[in-house]
Amino acid sequence: MIEFKNVTKTYGSIKALDGFTTKIEDGKIVGLLGPNGTGKSTSLKIAAGLSKPDFGSVEINGAKPSKETKAQVAFLPEIDHLYPWMTIRRCADFISAFYADWDWDKYKELVEFLGLNPSTVIGKISKGMRAKAKLLFTFSRNAPIVLLDEPLSGIDVLVREKIIQTIVRDYGKGGQTIVISTHEISEIEPLIEYVIFLEDGKIKLEGNVEDLRFKYKRSLVDIMKEVYGR
Amino acid sequence: MEFDSTRPIYLQIIDVIKKQIIRGELKPGDKVLSQRDFAEKIRVNPNTVQRAYKEMESMSILETIRGQGTFICNRPEMLKEIKAEMANEILTTFISDMRSLGFETDEIRDIVNSSLKGE
Repeated sequence: MIEFKNVTKTYGSIKALDGFTTKIEDGKIVGLLGPNGTGKSTSLKIAAGLSKPDFGSVEINGAKPSKETKAQVAFLPEIDHLYPWMTIRRCADFISAFYADWDWDKYKELVEFLGLNPSTVIGKISKGMRAKAKLLFTFSRNAPIVLLDEPLSGIDVLVREKIIQTIVRDYGKGGQTIVISTHEISEIEPLIEYVIFLEDGKIKLEGNVEDLRFKYKRSLVDIMKEVYGR
Repeated sequence: MEFDSTRPIYLQIIDVIKKQIIRGELKPGDKVLSQRDFAEKIRVNPNTVQRAYKEMESMSILETIRGQGTFICNRPEMLKEIKAEMANEILTTFISDMRSLGFETDEIRDIVNSSLKGE
């Protein structure tokens, strides 16, 4: 379980998170939704142990983010964090050295499923291919918690479909906890079980997706429009 | 697969399978995709597919044979049952829609009859 307790984080004069409190239960695919600049990335970075809250705390299965919790968490950042001069294979060698749960069989299977070539240089591939490569490195680990920050943004439909299929495949095998931040709601709506809508660093609405759809008699996309009044 | 936003997805999955059976695309005894493969194909949460499969097993539409997979049940009366059930759903919606427009029973009957004649 990932527990955010009253987490506040400011960057200069901007409050990225403002008393953010929620519990993310084990074994669920959770959507962290909201417009840009509402604190989605900040909350994932804090859970991944890459950023610290100014106030409040985050616990991963009861422990503060540390080297130990990092070993349980696979994080896909929104930014391009890979060295452009490395080949996909070289990058896999590099990342695998950091994580005990790296799984070369899974890596090989995913390379094939995603249609990647291990000898391509990362700096020379398209945006869609790079998104696939980032996903490859995240899911080549057997981490019980997977945090995906905007895995679909700026990518064409076919690659988005492939990415969603990769998430479903991996979740179907392991039943891990997967948190996806995105503003491309319609495509992940059938995928997520629980949703958290953020606004100005606070929770605007959260709940079980089927319950919310039943209560509002509309899709998450339309609920979102109503929630944010736009 | 496109989903209607107001109905639970697992029920919509059940409807899709039922329609495939009615149209003869799935026949009694046919093997269906595993839950995992089906979830991947339609890009839906595997727990939702599991719920749909479970429901269809309790309705005796699907049966899972350990070590072999999941199959469409081999019951001769199944097709008739599913057709009757789906017809019933369509009629219920139709009648309640017509009533909300203010039509009386006899008027509904007349409209249906004249529509059928004009076919």
